[in-house]
Amino acid sequence: MERVISGNEAVAYGAMLSRVQVVSAYPISPQTTIVETLSDFCASGRLKADFVKVESEHSAMACCVGAASAGARAFTATSAQGLALMHEVLHWAAGARLPIVIANVNRAMAAPWTMWCDQSDSLAQRDTGWLQFYCEDNQEVLDSIIMAYRISEKVLLPAMVCLDGFILSHTYEQVEIPAIEEVDRYLPSYVAQLKLDVDEPRSFHAAMLPDVYMEQRVKFQEAMEEAKGVAKEVDEEFGRAFGRRYGIMEEYFAEDADVLLVTSGTVTGTARGVVDDYRKKGEKVGLLKMKMFRPFPTEDVRRVLQKAKKVAVVDRNISFGATGIFAQEIRSVLHRHGEGTSVFGFIAGLGGRDVTPAVLQQIVEIAKGKEAPSGDVVWIGAKP
Amino acid sequence: MRYELPKEELLYSGHIGCPGCGASLAMRYTLQALGKKTMVVIPACCWSTVAGFFPSSSLKVPILHCLFETAAISASGVKKGLVARGIEDVQVMAWAGDGGTFDIGLQSLSSCAERNDDIIYVCYDNEAYMNTGIQMSSATPFMSWTSTTPNPAFKETPKKDIMEILAAHRIPYAATASPAYPEDFLNKMRKAKSIQGLRFIHILSSCPPGWKFPSENSLKISRLAVETKIFPLYEIENGRRYVLTHEPKGLPVSEYLKLQGRFSHLAPEQVRAIQENVDEEWAFLMEKIKARGARKKESGIRNQDSGFRNQDSGKKLGRKSGESHKKMKAQGARHMV
Repeated sequence: MERVISGNEAVAYGAMLSRVQVVSAYPISPQTTIVETLSDFCASGRLKADFVKVESEHSAMACCVGAASAGARAFTATSAQGLALMHEVLHWAAGARLPIVIANVNRAMAAPWTMWCDQSDSLAQRDTGWLQFYCEDNQEVLDSIIMAYRISEKVLLPAMVCLDGFILSHTYEQVEIPAIEEVDRYLPSYVAQLKLDVDEPRSFHAAMLPDVYMEQRVKFQEAMEEAKGVAKEVDEEFGRAFGRRYGIMEEYFAEDADVLLVTSGTVTGTARGVVDDYRKKGEKVGLLKMKMFRPFPTEDVRRVLQKAKKVAVVDRNISFGATGIFAQEIRSVLHRHGEGTSVFGFIAGLGGRDVTPAVLQQIVEIAKGKEAPSGDVVWIGAKP
Repeated sequence: MRYELPKEELLYSGHIGCPGCGASLAMRYTLQALGKKTMVVIPACCWSTVAGFFPSSSLKVPILHCLFETAAISASGVKKGLVARGIEDVQVMAWAGDGGTFDIGLQSLSSCAERNDDIIYVCYDNEAYMNTGIQMSSATPFMSWTSTTPNPAFKETPKKDIMEILAAHRIPYAATASPAYPEDFLNKMRKAKSIQGLRFIHILSSCPPGWKFPSENSLKISRLAVETKIFPLYEIENGRRYVLTHEPKGLPVSEYLKLQGRFSHLAPEQVRAIQENVDEEWAFLMEKIKARGARKKESGIRNQDSGFRNQDSGKKLGRKSGESHKKMKAQGARHMV
């Protein structure tokens, strides 16, 4: 069934089609309409889930941890300050190896107060052990929620599906909503291998002494590595079932690019048009869309980037005192192998400022005009 | 008649609780009452170590360790997850210390209480952060020593009245309990088990290293807390119906205080001030218990003068206790427990 829905409704549909059993969430702009839509779904009985209206995001995630520990499929959604408040519990959920899925509607961090989009909120959580996926449009949002459960329940790591605040969350697009029976076949109900069970009493997450803690971390990292392959398989299977595929990343005219843009989220859609324009003029500009950020698809990124002469990373975030976070990760992938590719790092679109075709053209032109980047961070569009 | 404890033990011997730990005895009695179909959710507290380090466990029921401030909501999440899976006959119990209840976990506990989530929440209150080594919490008694209220800067304010906070949420059941009174303890736990919704049990949990007394005095001190009226044993139904479950002897508070190193600095006038405060708090509790009769009158039963009478003083009660505290502070006699 095709419907015109917002990104936030796409999240809610994704959760409903995944037959989540416990939802616990707290309102925050621009995520709030997810909470409202799921409340409607639960109230009308379309979604048979217990919606726990908690008093904070910290409790929302803690509730998901409890529910998932009892073997239920749990879901929540938040943005920015809410995600930051959850930070402690994000670590816990991942360390506890619980396949919880969260939708994070990307919003810039305060202070000062802001409601608008950038990706600093979710990228600041990159070391918590959550899988992270960035979406380009509302269809991808809906599909990614469903796929996230498949991946998470296989590797036993929680997953964060990110969508740009307002640009996706409040924008209406035509979305194919799959039939729930088809989703049921693709995503069967969750059967936890390890869960709280009075017939098989176990103690979960008891203190580990130094002689065992590190081994637990090794397993954790192995699960992250495993997720790369699992995410590819899950995506292929999704393509067979529903006729749509995304990959863990996507190359667009990347094969022979003199300048390769690297983007995530909605900037990708704009970048496609910019690449098309350059190609029409006969200029070799390409694009790499980063969908999966954690685990970082190191080998795949390296394979794509080493074919490019210059790489222009568009970061809608900044790690203060360092660089854009995507640029950091990409540089580390290349530097380890001593590749000759020049990586230009650009910061654009913070706090909801538009990343227009003109912005991306400016980025391409800067990369075209220089052999190597003059610095690690180039701000685009920041007034003096 | 001799009271027989249940035979079934769900706490293993050999746990790593301190000798004389009130909280270990409390867990033993609690699980005897709740039985095998119980899951225990433990935030950061003494019990996160007493429950055993990986890969051991000191309980024969499932344990979920959780973050410090999330005991209530983690337990609610477990319960909701179980119910979502069609499992309805399991009691989920949050088991938290006073720090995790009075302080850092109060927000999520309040939220769960407001929703009346179907969990049992037990606060074993040893009146300070004991697992980190005796730091003050908002459950620490007035004028008590802790490592963060050192001599001469002893605790300046009275203990938070957690029972009233929970009662204000109108939860179906709240009770105080002491491991020194196992029959009363088990009765309350069994009653809690029979009720749906949020059930709150406040246990005064004697702590030999934290309160500074030899471990063999643990039950004696627990009993004295009750018999001196410092920790009355009572229950509150639906936030309104107060019932005293044990009539204390009304021993002088000095009997309790003198056995503990954390109060060894108290001068006689400070002990007297604590006594006054305990009498006042007791009278306030009696007022609430008596008010139950008043409500019965409204429903047509004329028994205004029946029920519990304040035996201790003819003082006007109610909100007086707060005013009295201010007055005592102003006079420099700041000695409330």
